[in-house]
Amino acid sequence: MNKIKILLNGIIKENPTFVLLLGMCPTLGTTTSAINGMGMGLATLFVLICSNVVISALKKLIPDMVRIPSFIVIIATFVTVLQMIMQAYVPDLYASLGLFIPLIVVNCIVLGRAEAFATKNTPADSLFDGLGIGLGFTLALTLLGAVRELLGSGMIFGVRIWSETYGALAFVLAPGAFIVLGYLIAIMNKIIKKA
Amino acid sequence: MKKLESTLSNMVIVLSVVCLVSASLLGFMYGVTAEPIARIEKQTLDNGIKKVLLDEANQDAQINVEVREDGAFTFYEVTDAQGQKLGTAVKTAVQGFSPDLTVLVGFNTEGDIKGYEVLKHSETPGLGANCVNWFQKGGKGDIIGKNPGKNNLTVSKDGGEIDAITASTITSRAFLGAVNAEYKQLFGSNTNANTGATKRVEAAENDSIKTE
Repeated sequence: MNKIKILLNGIIKENPTFVLLLGMCPTLGTTTSAINGMGMGLATLFVLICSNVVISALKKLIPDMVRIPSFIVIIATFVTVLQMIMQAYVPDLYASLGLFIPLIVVNCIVLGRAEAFATKNTPADSLFDGLGIGLGFTLALTLLGAVRELLGSGMIFGVRIWSETYGALAFVLAPGAFIVLGYLIAIMNKIIKKA
Repeated sequence: MKKLESTLSNMVIVLSVVCLVSASLLGFMYGVTAEPIARIEKQTLDNGIKKVLLDEANQDAQINVEVREDGAFTFYEVTDAQGQKLGTAVKTAVQGFSPDLTVLVGFNTEGDIKGYEVLKHSETPGLGANCVNWFQKGGKGDIIGKNPGKNNLTVSKDGGEIDAITASTITSRAFLGAVNAEYKQLFGSNTNANTGATKRVEAAENDSIKTE
């Protein structure tokens, strides 16, 4: 399979957030600001690449009946490693995302790609799939976070665009996440259908 | 190579090996990161103690800190290089809108609030999370310089004199509750802070356990 095609497949055609609608919990929970969304996306990207490659390399060695527990152990290991690294070297980001990092273990995107892609393809292809899906997730979360931050507090990445008085608090809270996500999915569908 | 069959021995061996390798990797990573994590936590606390008790111009001053724990409260009794008592920083965690709203408040020997720092919280961004700045000097709910023994440090909705964070009364109540509880724990429930406070501090000093 063509590597570029796999990469673009993850970012556009099978974008986990806008097309597959997977991993909605961290999507809605962490995107209160663009930087938080991007942090969560990059954290998931790291775990996706690692778990995809390792699972793909081990696919012949893991008997079918214990594949799910094995995958979960592998994924959980990478998540915990990531958590410790973040805590030690980027404490600020960890402070705002810490709560959601352990939840990457049960993020259905990660297990979903392990099942749907890594077990059927080579480690190299799986790496590009992890990269593509991860980037798709990161871009979606950053976009969602940026829109919510702008509408909610008038800032993007902490840079003020307009006065806070025009901010609608609802967009920082959960209802705003649903509304923005809904509209973004509609817009994406329109664009993808045209293309 | 053919895929391994799902026989009992294969499954047990594979799952054990996967777990073993994972555990070793985690153990190794823990060893690598334990030191920086501990350092960052200590640094956050040290900076917090200095920030809540020392004047802004004086942040680099040498201080001695004596730690004392009492249930949910941790006391950091701070003396300067000359042994002069500066005050006590009290740390406690309460239930805000989300659990674990950890507040460090610096009281001088009179019981006046010198400063505060929210060490850890998971309040709603844009709402309760504003507690980090809201109650600081110049903030809308300024509590600096006030004394929980003399001032009624509750939100105005409850008859107090502090303006709650807009749309975050629960966080505000929890935060002020923590401040009042810390004060009470430090100086006793005595409302006459000036006389009661000093006595209690001296008594506390005498039976404080030195924990470095």
